[in-house]
Amino acid sequence: MSQTDEAKGWSCAGCGRELEIVKVGFSYLKGNFEVELPACTGCGQVLVSEELANGKMADAERILEDK
Amino acid sequence: MDQEKLREWEYKCIQEEPPECAAACPIHVDARLFVKEMARGDREAAYKVLAKTMPFPGILGRICDHPCESKCKRGEVEEPIAIGLLERSCVEQAAGKGRIQVLSRREQRIAVLGGGFAGLVAAWDLLKKGFKVTVFEGSGRLGGSLWELPEGLLPREVLCDELATLEALKAEIRLDQQLDAAAFEAICREFDALFIDRESLAGVALPLALEDDGMLAVDAATGATDRGGVFAGGGTGTRGAYAPVSEALQGRKGALSIERFIQKAQMGAGRENEGPFQTRLFTSTEGVEPEPRVAPSDAAGGFSDEEARAEASRCIQCECMECVKVCLYLERYQGYPKKYARQVFNNDGVIFGAAHTKNQFVNSCSGCGLCETVCPNNFNMGDLCHEARRTMNEHKFMPASFHEFALQDLEHSRGERFALGRHEPGREQSAWLYFPSCQLCATSPGEVDSSYRYLRRELSGGVGMLLGCCGAPAYWAGRDDLFREALGEVRSAWQKLGSPKVVTACSTCQSIFSEHLPEMESVSLWKIVEEKGLPASNCCCEGAGKSLSISDPCITRHDPQTRQSVRRIVRQLGYAIDELPLSGDKPECCGYGGLMFNANPKLAKDVIGHRAAQKKPAESAIAQKPVTPPGGWYRTRAMQDRDTVYYRTQVSGNDYLAYCAMCRDNLAAAGKRVSHLVELLFPQVAGGDPAARGWISWSERRANRGRVRGAVLRELGEEGVVTRPDHEKIVLRIAPEVLRRIDERRILEDDVKKVIYHAERSGKRLQDLKTGCLRASLQCENVTFWVDYTSGADGFTVHNAYCHRMKIVGIKK
Repeated sequence: MSQTDEAKGWSCAGCGRELEIVKVGFSYLKGNFEVELPACTGCGQVLVSEELANGKMADAERILEDK
Repeated sequence: MDQEKLREWEYKCIQEEPPECAAACPIHVDARLFVKEMARGDREAAYKVLAKTMPFPGILGRICDHPCESKCKRGEVEEPIAIGLLERSCVEQAAGKGRIQVLSRREQRIAVLGGGFAGLVAAWDLLKKGFKVTVFEGSGRLGGSLWELPEGLLPREVLCDELATLEALKAEIRLDQQLDAAAFEAICREFDALFIDRESLAGVALPLALEDDGMLAVDAATGATDRGGVFAGGGTGTRGAYAPVSEALQGRKGALSIERFIQKAQMGAGRENEGPFQTRLFTSTEGVEPEPRVAPSDAAGGFSDEEARAEASRCIQCECMECVKVCLYLERYQGYPKKYARQVFNNDGVIFGAAHTKNQFVNSCSGCGLCETVCPNNFNMGDLCHEARRTMNEHKFMPASFHEFALQDLEHSRGERFALGRHEPGREQSAWLYFPSCQLCATSPGEVDSSYRYLRRELSGGVGMLLGCCGAPAYWAGRDDLFREALGEVRSAWQKLGSPKVVTACSTCQSIFSEHLPEMESVSLWKIVEEKGLPASNCCCEGAGKSLSISDPCITRHDPQTRQSVRRIVRQLGYAIDELPLSGDKPECCGYGGLMFNANPKLAKDVIGHRAAQKKPAESAIAQKPVTPPGGWYRTRAMQDRDTVYYRTQVSGNDYLAYCAMCRDNLAAAGKRVSHLVELLFPQVAGGDPAARGWISWSERRANRGRVRGAVLRELGEEGVVTRPDHEKIVLRIAPEVLRRIDERRILEDDVKKVIYHAERSGKRLQDLKTGCLRASLQCENVTFWVDYTSGADGFTVHNAYCHRMKIVGIKK
């Protein structure tokens, strides 16, 4: 599923807004990244999918742990 | 680790030592690699292997007296590999000779007196070293006794062709020379150094020292005569059988000595392994099936292509790999300890800036010690890794993720939810103190309670109870600070109770105490049961007629007494014991040891899957990438055989009996029917089937510790004061498959409660527009947890949970 499609499937329960694709900053160990993800532009809540957490993020964590 | 320590580690691992064939070869032809290429049918590559070491491969490849064969390991099973015939087959059919590499020209002129094989080899090597070489030969042709060999073995045409190489290398050949004392003196004056072929000059009187048999006397190590700059060799035929490869060695030795003489270098340095030597390589021939040597159908003509391949395929490609054969961890990283030691050293050494590419590797070893047991040289990978972990902590480049979950579990065991020290109810002092261990309490709280009652009945003088953690996880993590703290707590609690004798029910605690708290006398629960007799409530009637396999914990490797105690008890319970091949002093780890489960969960899962012998690891390294170090293909075959060799079906079909709580839980999680000894001795349900109990979650394990503590306090009439944060009041509903999934992700129910509590209070939640399901996240220390849930009247239903360690910094506006 594309980011946009995923964003369309969710809303922010607190703000009542639809999620938009925005740049989100991440950091781990000595690494800093920016990733485009669905998020609520009102309260700043970000949507990290299970697929992303167990896939690319986990891979990146592993790589950074061996750096 | 410093360089010296690295050398020590590297020296211990013998995998890179030469095989028997190459070590036995006077000039160390890499026969293992040669035969491997022949087995692949690549004659050209095989020829290159020979030509790398062999002078005149066209001659020596045909006539070599192959002392390698008498040392061939296959020869221990039946006939050795026919290396000699294979070499002959190779050089007979090799397409071309290939180019001979010559080093840059040197000015010095060297004379070779006599064109026998030793002299020719000396000339060959000296020419390759770049010297100007003149060969003086008394007869009308070079070659000496090579001409006496049968035409079928060494055709004249081949001999002429090979000898012509010398001229191609720009040697000056002087035939029909008068070689006497006067000529010798003249040559000495004209040339910078000399090599004398003793075969060609036999009987010529030279002003040099002789041996009793009239041969020129030479230094065995260097070939030096008693005159400076004059070296000699050859003449094996004068003393016994003509040995071409020994002639070659002596010519080669002389050439090297001449080079050192010219360079004024140390004559004897580093030449210990020149000529045949005893290799340190160990190669097991266990499981090598006898395969008869291939006989060439044309005895005079040698092997056909097909025959050569078949014969070469019998080679077992000698290597050690004893540890790698039995350890999935060592196998997975596709090397062997010598390589690993270097990698660990590099990982250690670079503190700032550069890459620590072996961090996970260093933290994936279970430290079970099986490598040391099977290693001919006692290489212990666990010791190497443990030291490296301490360095990582000391220099602050240990990623928290490797040990955090385990260390949090340790904190739980040290904390108010579990840790406790009390005298027996109604007593003011204790002669004994029961330390059932944090992990046994986590998996078998009822049995801990029953065993405590048993000890109180059987032992006099009062049996106190001490709940806590011995600190093993901190020790394994290389966290000496934390380990000392945890162990210090045990020590002071023990002292506070009057330093009684300790009864342990965990072999890891037992081992930690005897090594690090030697003042604390301890004995295993199993030893007490053996001495005092089975508890009345045991389920010995269940055992009658059944057989089971004991899965020894790796920590008992050096504790035969405990292993024997357990076996005697199991027999008393009426069971027959069917031993696992890797038991006794060779158990594998269950994946918990060394915190492998935390640092490398995937590997730990494969390890326990292997131990449970349910199936082969689905994505093993073998399946993914065939490894091709020397002998890779053979090694792979041995690996694939492993499950069938070590885990015979009739054995793996049995129920396992563990006496380590983590072994029980991990084997059960892998789907193996397994019970813990404490469950057989102190069953909670009469006629039950403890082996069917199955998997248990980390959350349940923590709750169980609390149950043990609660039971002790209740009997004492004390209230356990535990501060319970508000989020714990949340009621969760989690389907078993969801619970299992999130537990494998090391997400506790407590983490889920924190996320939901925070989401509900803050209102920060996302909603799935299709299902209405809520999704919320919360960063708790280093981990961000995500929970999918719906709320209902009777609590929150959890649909899924996952987590990551990458921190969300925030959205960029």
